[in-house]
Amino acid sequence: MTVHNLYIFDRNGSCLYYNEWNRKKQAGISKDEEFKLMYGMLFSIRSFVSKMSPLDMKEGFLSFQTSKYRLHYYETPSGLRFIMNTDLSVPNARETLQQIYSNLYVEYIVKNPVCVLGHSLDSELFSSRLDSFIRGLPFYSPRAA
Amino acid sequence: MVIYSVYVVNKAGGLIYQYDNYVPRAEAEKTFSYPLDLVLKHHDEKVVVSFGQRDGIRVGHAVLSINGVDVVGKNTAEGKDTLEYLNDPANYPVSIRFGRARLSSNEKLMLASMFHSLFAIGSQLSPDVGSSGIEMLETDVFKLHCFQTLTGIKFIVLADPRQSGIDALLRKIYEIYSDFALKNPFYSLEMPIRCELFDQNLKGSLEIAEKAGNFGAGS
Repeated sequence: MTVHNLYIFDRNGSCLYYNEWNRKKQAGISKDEEFKLMYGMLFSIRSFVSKMSPLDMKEGFLSFQTSKYRLHYYETPSGLRFIMNTDLSVPNARETLQQIYSNLYVEYIVKNPVCVLGHSLDSELFSSRLDSFIRGLPFYSPRAA
Repeated sequence: MVIYSVYVVNKAGGLIYQYDNYVPRAEAEKTFSYPLDLVLKHHDEKVVVSFGQRDGIRVGHAVLSINGVDVVGKNTAEGKDTLEYLNDPANYPVSIRFGRARLSSNEKLMLASMFHSLFAIGSQLSPDVGSSGIEMLETDVFKLHCFQTLTGIKFIVLADPRQSGIDALLRKIYEIYSDFALKNPFYSLEMPIRCELFDQNLKGSLEIAEKAGNFGAGS
């Protein structure tokens, strides 16, 4: 039971925040390219899902899984995208991502007069609170499953 | 408990088979008087609603027919541009039917290839070693399941999120493919599948899976 990594993108595609806890394999490309690829993949998945869907959707794409990991997605109405990769034992991290948004992002970034929205989040307080929040999650254990 | 459709993609990413088992058509037909309070726009050779959601007509719905006659792309059946027709007060009152636009075969081809690439990117961006591509993609109204064989053929099934037994169904479709497409001497590999027995058996196994899903997923 573990969380591999977390990305936060803004509506223009720039990666505002990235952190990893238990990542065992790097993508083989530079971090910048990886962020662009991740954002591009999600953009394409959302467009794919909206065309393929047999019925009208309310929330759209929620998550996908492969044989080894699950990617959870949460988008706020302002276009902020939260992506968390966990292992397969975590069925639904959407509420976790919503809590990260409302209890951490809004509290420590939006309400911070020094933080410029749209730029990389470099608030120390945010990083440390986020880190302890993730480590405190019921599905996080420091030894990978 | 529904299975919406099945797609089979070859190893180059091209669609070789597609079957729509259940196509829910949520359509709304209403009579309007001038001026129209919906904002319509051209999108991809169709006329879609861009603003003014109401009464079952949602943003993204396309104009399907005017006064009972189906539209052809951007134009009415007579060949006039739909937006011009609807801007002319002399044509009112008019009865328009809106609904989700059906996918054309070209669009299905493009979507299948798009998924083929997304499948590969899912494997590349994996934080863990030895990951396959996207095996299951979940949204609030459907779940997409994908099974990739050892030879690179992908079987993709779109189903209701609560439908169970799709893994077994994917393996069964693979079995049907190898029995009725691969063993058919007139079928060429990687080409579109046009084998009647494949169609029949596929429909049969979809019915069985839907009925079985009803017993399993309810609990």
